[in-house]
Amino acid sequence: MLIKRPFDLTDNDVTDYALYQRRRDFLKTLGGIALIGASGFPLSATAKSAFSTDEAQTPFDDITTYNNFYEFGTDKSDPARYASMMKTSPWSVTVGGECAKPGKFALEDILKPHSKEERIYRLRCVEGWSMVIPWLGFPLADLLKRFEPTSKAKYVSFETLFDPEQMPGQKRNVLDWPYAEGLRMDEAMHPLSFIATGLYGKDLLNQNGAPLRLVVPWKYGFKSIKSIVKISFVEEQPDTSWGRSAPGEYGFYSNVNPEVDHPRWSQRKERRIGEFRKRETLMFNGYAEQVASLYSGMDLRKNY
Amino acid sequence: MRAPIPIQIREPYFTKVFKPVVFALALLPLALLGWGVWQDTLGANPIETVTRSLGEWTLRFLLLTLLLSTLRRATSWVQGIRLRRMLGLFAFFYGVLHLLSYLWLDQFFDWAEIWYDIVERPFITVGMLAFVLMLPLALTSFKAAIRKLGRNWQRLHTLIYPLTVLGVLHFWWLADSKARTEVPLIYAILLAILLGERLWRWFVPRFSKTPVTR
Repeated sequence: MLIKRPFDLTDNDVTDYALYQRRRDFLKTLGGIALIGASGFPLSATAKSAFSTDEAQTPFDDITTYNNFYEFGTDKSDPARYASMMKTSPWSVTVGGECAKPGKFALEDILKPHSKEERIYRLRCVEGWSMVIPWLGFPLADLLKRFEPTSKAKYVSFETLFDPEQMPGQKRNVLDWPYAEGLRMDEAMHPLSFIATGLYGKDLLNQNGAPLRLVVPWKYGFKSIKSIVKISFVEEQPDTSWGRSAPGEYGFYSNVNPEVDHPRWSQRKERRIGEFRKRETLMFNGYAEQVASLYSGMDLRKNY
Repeated sequence: MRAPIPIQIREPYFTKVFKPVVFALALLPLALLGWGVWQDTLGANPIETVTRSLGEWTLRFLLLTLLLSTLRRATSWVQGIRLRRMLGLFAFFYGVLHLLSYLWLDQFFDWAEIWYDIVERPFITVGMLAFVLMLPLALTSFKAAIRKLGRNWQRLHTLIYPLTVLGVLHFWWLADSKARTEVPLIYAILLAILLGERLWRWFVPRFSKTPVTR
């Protein structure tokens, strides 16, 4: 079946990457490399977000070659090497559970009503490294509301594609496939929670979770599930792949918390990719002002 | 019984050519890492790459050192044993660099954080222990020490067994609980073969019913 792209804007139309690169080169010749990060150089056609950080952005090459996406292998260079095996068109997303409008939706229909905006977010991996990524996408809440979740929907769970032919890493039993993640409903509806379909003004590359992925910037990177094919509204806290693999290491919340260590990685500091010295890790990855209230009254050592 | 055909590299080629070539080859990983840092080809997180690579080379040289005595027993090539000290010291050399890259590039000599790491993180504890066990071996690798320690030198140097086990465990625990153990598994299997050969040699004469011809 041939599914045509919609007639309206594609991600590439938002800002042509070549143009973006030319701007970068122009700035570089002015000796203004630092300016790009400092100014968060706005993309012409996308809305600026108040949630964006103005910190220096991680280079595109680093964001697209240093990835944890075990569906393509456990080495960080594996996803960039093998992710082209995944076909992202046609793509559909199955929505189910406690909602008024479940169904199986073509990607085009999922994306169509949303106008894209840029969000420059910090991303903190549980392994102790971090990046600053200019995502392109739309708020998760806007998407979820369209399916009209009922009052029984206390959590939302997500699944990644399961197809070992397209995702060779799934031939090995390193995690419970398909990759599963979840959020509490209020977390999912938080304005910071984001669905990304691109970065640096380009369509998302497969290794970064094409065609659409979650971004939850105050949680460790593995919460931000990639290549989503299933969304379910559920009453009970859903299982997650990492939670099943090592419940003592990967809690459901997985909020960035410098006070709660992982057995293998101290969480007090992090290495921003591209920087030499480590920096202090901030509570909720620096988004405490926006999200801390979601967890008031909770013991974050128990609910890690 | 047929006398085994001796495989030998003729003197003085062994000392004048073969040994220096092995020495140069052993420095190659370091040179390649240095080149990678210089040319910025070590990926998005070069510090991690350097630290891990140095750690893996430490393990590789430890296993090579163990392999030499196994080779001597399994083949008629006895000269290899004369490389043992050199390769053992290279294991120590890469171990020192691995530790240094952790202390400096990773932790920036933040001693409080390092101490916390040693106490709190089992894989660091085990790695540090392995390094500490390497010290007396490296320090007694000189001819004078070998002569002075006599039989105790042999005993002391059996430390290579526990320290290599700790090294493999260090690598194993660094890997994810389930997800990334395939490479550490290879080291574990190689080590099991090398140690298994020694155990076999130790056990079989003791428990075999047939008398051992002397």
